[in-house]
Amino acid sequence: MDKGRTNQATQMFENLGGILRKFIFSILSIGPVPSHIAFIMDGNRRYAKKQNLIDGDGHRTGFSALMNMLKYCYELGTKHVTVYAFSIDNFKRSPEEVQSIMQLMQEKIEGLIEEESIVNRYGIRVYFLGDLKLLNKPVRLAAERAMGATAKNSKAVLSICIAYTSLDEITHAVQESVEEKCDEIRVLNTSGAGYHHREHLINVTDIEEHMYTAVAPNPDIIIRTSGETRLSNFLLWQSAFCILYSPSVLWPEISVWHLVWAVLDFQRNYSYLEEKKKQA
Amino acid sequence: MSIYHVYDLNRGLNVPKRRTNCRIMGLGAEVQKVLHWIAQSGKIGLCLLWIILHLIIGIWYFAVDIVRAIESYLISSGLFKRYKALDISKVRYLAIVIDSEEARQTSKIIELLRWLAAIGIKSVCLYDPDGVMKKFKEAIMARLGDAKLSEEVTVNDPLLDQKFIALEFVSFLDGKEAVAKAANLLFDKYYLAGDQEKPIFTESIMVEALKAIGCVETEPDLMLVYGPTRCHLGFPAWRIRYTEIV
Repeated sequence: MDKGRTNQATQMFENLGGILRKFIFSILSIGPVPSHIAFIMDGNRRYAKKQNLIDGDGHRTGFSALMNMLKYCYELGTKHVTVYAFSIDNFKRSPEEVQSIMQLMQEKIEGLIEEESIVNRYGIRVYFLGDLKLLNKPVRLAAERAMGATAKNSKAVLSICIAYTSLDEITHAVQESVEEKCDEIRVLNTSGAGYHHREHLINVTDIEEHMYTAVAPNPDIIIRTSGETRLSNFLLWQSAFCILYSPSVLWPEISVWHLVWAVLDFQRNYSYLEEKKKQA
Repeated sequence: MSIYHVYDLNRGLNVPKRRTNCRIMGLGAEVQKVLHWIAQSGKIGLCLLWIILHLIIGIWYFAVDIVRAIESYLISSGLFKRYKALDISKVRYLAIVIDSEEARQTSKIIELLRWLAAIGIKSVCLYDPDGVMKKFKEAIMARLGDAKLSEEVTVNDPLLDQKFIALEFVSFLDGKEAVAKAANLLFDKYYLAGDQEKPIFTESIMVEALKAIGCVETEPDLMLVYGPTRCHLGFPAWRIRYTEIV
């Protein structure tokens, strides 16, 4: 009997919270809404230590925090969300931890493909960005399946950076641009056009087309939790005119209010950043 | 029901069914008007709330600025003991990002550099998107006195008591454009080598190419951003991997 009542109370609280949230988002929508928000999910292990959980549970709580943040972003009207799930540098951690994170990721990726999951509810297309060859086979296959299953969704985009570092991305983009140019020149030479390679140099746009993150526009806000002010090799190229926000809260404890504060900061500085983008 | 039926009514045609329908239509139009009015006032209400919200945030930031100004005044007057002995050794390379409009005030930049030299910072990288500080670099170095360009400093012996401050001037063109130039350099190397296999570039090859076109590879430990918002405004991407941005 009691449990039923507490369930009812939590349900009512959630509904009230949802209405309050929708009201606040409708106020925020009066001003410019960011079209792309990126998250660096830092602080899962520290949270686990704080709450005396085993390490793996910290990451699991972090995952549910991620699902909540995604829901809030899409309700607000942000079409693109990017998250930093696993860096190439994280492979240096203890093998047990890497293994448990890989297992968790595989489980969660497969969860995303299910019918009732958040991706299908909001029509989200999922991309996995990074050097996927570095992942073990089951995770890589799950990722490819998820990308294929959500390919038809078009309302919103979720980019999950796995086995990703910015420098690796830039190097990969340069490599692909060079390959593409070689192929172009070969084709032109065989067709007898006699194209000299110096006439068509690689420029910044060519490199940007080959970035993993070409599926989304440049981020408007990057939020890194647990108060760290570094970017740790995440979206260094794309964050030229992007606001960096570092709340000191740990990732599993992040709430909608942090998102609201970040969006308000974005709205305050919108005209300044737009001007800077035009000048560049 | 179309509007012609209303005209039929006005002409006095004996059509009782149409009359009721027109009354209902008239009522529907009234309801629509009321709903439209409610939606409009709702939107105006939301706009007002948005303006009030931003006003409150503006006042909050203003208060924070005042507190910070008081704090800096107290620190510079020597009241806080912990700021007297600052351990600067961890900051081997400092980056400063300034908005190009503010960068034109060279006297303020020189004041900042003098403070940094007084604290004990030995190497500074000055960045502004338009390269304004780069244009005035001779003037800045002349007015500063004990300054040398980073590229001219060859001996980096930490035991030697460095009496000057090493400066580097960077602009937006040294970021993305430099990577494009490095890409062209790598292309020339690869294309001219005539290798039919696909190129495999590693991060070290990329960094070597960037060095070859004249880019410095030192990564700043700390970056101070002077501007309305915390944003690195296009600082060369490969150099800020683990830089603390404040």
